Amino acid sequence: MALLELRNISKIYHLGGEEIRALDDVSLDIGEGEFISIIGPSGSGKSTLMHIVGCLDTPSKGTVRLDGVEAQHASQTQLAHLRNKKIGFVFQFFNLLPKLNVVQNVELPMIYAGLSAGERRVRALKALEAVEMGNRLKNRPSQLSGGQQQRVAIARALVNDPKIILADEPTGNLDTHTGEVILALFRRLSAEGRTVILVTHNPEIAAVTPRRIEIRNGKIADKVDDRLAGLDRTKPGSPAPVAAA
Amino acid sequence: MSLWSAILVGLKEIWAHKFRSLLTMLGIILGVSSLIAMSALVQGMENGAKEALIAVGGLQKLRVEPQPLPIEQRHLRDFARGVTLDDVHALRASAPEVVKVSPEMRLEPQPTLAANGRFYRTWMTAGVWPVQLEMMEHTVEHGRMFGEVDNELARNVCVIGTGIRDELFGKPEETGEPVIPIGQQLTINGYPFTIVGMFQHYESEADRKVRMLREQELATKRAAGLTNSASGPKRSRGWSGSGRRGGNYAFWIKNNTVYVPLNTMWLKIKSGQTNAPAVPTLTNMELKIRDVSRLNEALTQIRNVLMVTHRGVEDFTFRTQEDWAESINVFIRNARMSGGIIAGISLLVGGIGIMNIMLASISERIREIGIRKAVGADGADVFIQILIESTVIAIVGGGTGLLTSFGLIKVIGLITPTDNAPVITVGSMALAFGASVGIGILAGLFPAFKAARMNVIQALRYD
Repeated sequence: MALLELRNISKIYHLGGEEIRALDDVSLDIGEGEFISIIGPSGSGKSTLMHIVGCLDTPSKGTVRLDGVEAQHASQTQLAHLRNKKIGFVFQFFNLLPKLNVVQNVELPMIYAGLSAGERRVRALKALEAVEMGNRLKNRPSQLSGGQQQRVAIARALVNDPKIILADEPTGNLDTHTGEVILALFRRLSAEGRTVILVTHNPEIAAVTPRRIEIRNGKIADKVDDRLAGLDRTKPGSPAPVAAA
Repeated sequence: MSLWSAILVGLKEIWAHKFRSLLTMLGIILGVSSLIAMSALVQGMENGAKEALIAVGGLQKLRVEPQPLPIEQRHLRDFARGVTLDDVHALRASAPEVVKVSPEMRLEPQPTLAANGRFYRTWMTAGVWPVQLEMMEHTVEHGRMFGEVDNELARNVCVIGTGIRDELFGKPEETGEPVIPIGQQLTINGYPFTIVGMFQHYESEADRKVRMLREQELATKRAAGLTNSASGPKRSRGWSGSGRRGGNYAFWIKNNTVYVPLNTMWLKIKSGQTNAPAVPTLTNMELKIRDVSRLNEALTQIRNVLMVTHRGVEDFTFRTQEDWAESINVFIRNARMSGGIIAGISLLVGGIGIMNIMLASISERIREIGIRKAVGADGADVFIQILIESTVIAIVGGGTGLLTSFGLIKVIGLITPTDNAPVITVGSMALAFGASVGIGILAGLFPAFKAARMNVIQALRYD
């Protein structure tokens, strides 16, 4: 059984009497430990798919099974608990709380998981060590560079030991070099056995993942567009799009 | 999310916006302190009024006074004889509900008292029986009360209050030593009287404290060798410090009383006046009844007895302290009500201020709420966080209000000094604090609900 099973998912919005199918009968399995990218141009339904995968939203039709839990009819509260336990988010704009320092930001998901203060501190430090941010514990996000902020955000995503790391354009707001460092970090997390989903419109980033899914007009495209998906780095002779970290 | 960490988050949020939180709290602070100050002022008034009520003999006392005849008896007015000693004897003989009867023959208009080269027109000069002492809750501190023999023999003796002593013989505060004019002479409208006794000084609790303080200061000054007792001539009789206002009126009257024996008043003074009545006529009599709860029976009994002695001519009336007590209660209730409404409105305004700020706070933190929800906060977590923030503001504001209420009362006392010191009660503090917390919770409900219902995807996208 796959970690995440989407069956005949549709998401329908009603805008002024007009029916808009952001997702149309999408089925998708993602297995444990997979490193996968979801690509597609803006307006393709990629974000909608990410919201459903990330338990931020429920589909209008179809079933979602995350780690054996049916999520398509979950209440907002149940979704919040699923997000807390099973999903680690990494956002394009980092989304750290500016008033909290690095450790407090990383501790945030554990507060809602109900962990004790001591346990929170231990696990936050461990997660920050894992992203090599163990030396900036008391800094505010505004005192960090973009790459450092993103690493703190990744530590925050890791800290509740989720089944899935869901990264939405994680390098979109970073310069090329820093972006590569962050991608390398994701590769390492994948190599450690975590399920990582990258959502991007950038084919070069999608190229780092072994599996790529393209969304086009609310459906999964049969064949991944080479132009969009970039070059398969497994293909012999092609230049590696991302330098090894 | 535990309650404790939610409270910590709330406190941090308040600390992060110190000035804004202070402004928000100001409404609650003012509301709480005005509620407490109002209640303290009313409590002070009530205490003063009750003190005065007790000082004049309490609820058991009632007064019989002559009054014009009712309209249907006007043709009988030649038979109206007023309140006389016969009534006193009749009541003592046949009204068991009445335990004490004390006749009073006042000298009106007020006579001129003279002694020691000084003159004074006092408040109350009356011929009475010795029983008046108990009736009016008087205590003779120096000398003695005149007795039955003094009354029978119509001796020229009198007992005075300290107010008269102050005016005719000097105040102990000024001379620096006790002034006890027992055995000295004073004249009432020119008739010489010997002072045989002096009452204690009557004053309210608040005045007593002020006087003690002043005496202490004077004593330390004197100990330091500074005397101001004989420094220059005595100035005007203006404000003397023995308050003539408000609830102290009862005490002031008691201190400005001269009693002489009833017979002396009648035989030596009143009977010589041009309009003297044929029989010893009283200005009034004071009665003490056995039981306040049987007031109506007592009144009926007294009326029945008096209707016999007055032969059906209803030329007398009763005045009970109950009327006074009732009017005190009505006044206190009204004062409390109006003050409470005003303070309640200011608390409400404070609550609206909190709600306003909380709404502003959540709309500037939409993204934060989105992030918190994305990492796993459910609606209840967000709801509690916002609610606790508003409650913490209200609690801190309420606590500060409790402290500032003491200062507020001082300021009010400086602007409008009253004789009745405000009394802060624990009950009013608890009420004000509880109300502020309740209002904080109420004010937080709507913003908290709004924040909890916020859509996580839209909140995350918001910038």
